[in-house]
Amino acid sequence: MDPYVLKTLNEHRRARRAAVLVTDLGDGRDRIVREGDHVAGVLGEAIASAFRTGNSGSVEAEGRTFFLNAHLPRPRLVVIGAVHISQALAPMARIAGYPVEIIDPRTAFATPERFPDVALHAEWPEDVLEREPLDSYTALAAVTHDPKIDDFALKAALDARCFYIGALGSRKTHAKRVERLLALGVSADQIARIHAPIGLDIGAASPAEIAVAVLAQTIHAFRSRGLESKGAVA
Amino acid sequence: MDESIYLDEARDPLIIAEGWMKDGKDVAIATVVETWGSAPRPAGSHLVIDAEGNFHGSVSGGCVEGAVVTEAIDVIGSGKARMLEFGVADETAWQVGLSCGGRIKVYVERLG
Repeated sequence: MDPYVLKTLNEHRRARRAAVLVTDLGDGRDRIVREGDHVAGVLGEAIASAFRTGNSGSVEAEGRTFFLNAHLPRPRLVVIGAVHISQALAPMARIAGYPVEIIDPRTAFATPERFPDVALHAEWPEDVLEREPLDSYTALAAVTHDPKIDDFALKAALDARCFYIGALGSRKTHAKRVERLLALGVSADQIARIHAPIGLDIGAASPAEIAVAVLAQTIHAFRSRGLESKGAVA
Repeated sequence: MDESIYLDEARDPLIIAEGWMKDGKDVAIATVVETWGSAPRPAGSHLVIDAEGNFHGSVSGGCVEGAVVTEAIDVIGSGKARMLEFGVADETAWQVGLSCGGRIKVYVERLG
């Protein structure tokens, strides 16, 4: 392995940026491919698959054997709102491999008794997200219904290109939210990335069922990253 | 369950390898590049080794690390990468093996 390649790879990994290390098993030469870099042919397809699945493996291309080592940041889910849905969502998401952080400045809601074993911030999203910025390997679910709490976080999630953004509320509530976000200077294209009403349409009724719908939509968004532009995902 | 979304710098093999390199040590990196059957560690797993035989990480959960370390010290000396293959323990084929019944291929290369 080239020492400079190792140093660069570790920089990406520390900064939670995805990278695939491509090693030619014939001559040992290696290089780093970043998400979004264009690589043609069979090798390019295999690299795209490695980014999507996070699985590493060998591929034959151009008469050579390459090993693709996928280094994906661990995805996480940030939930705005320490509500009933979040109480169900936190343990479910953790089991599915998405560690959860919950942010809610309302100290009556954000209590360790209601959220044992969860990273909980009884603070405003503005303060928490300044310390721990969102990134493209973070999903954000805004479930407080309160514009004072949700709106800033939604805008921050759009700016950070979070892989999933969902917002709780009826179509009517969301229409008002769209107006507020437009007034904040967010573009209509960006706003269209927000999943609202939140969650896959499974007819969820209870808070726990809504949590299942949100988690399923988060997983779908994560596993179809990069496919939207190719029309492979409806 | 490891819940941190950040690298565990004290245990991450590639971070340790970089640190060793900065300390002026000779380092080899072993990587699982293929698995068949019930292999204990997935493709992409690393074991990093220095010239004194110190190592971090895992390619098999402990079954073949000793053999990989020995080979890695040779690789550090020669600079020439090697592909190792381990299967079920079999006196005629391999000194060490995977009791789980799986097979793995491990690529061992020198850093630099």
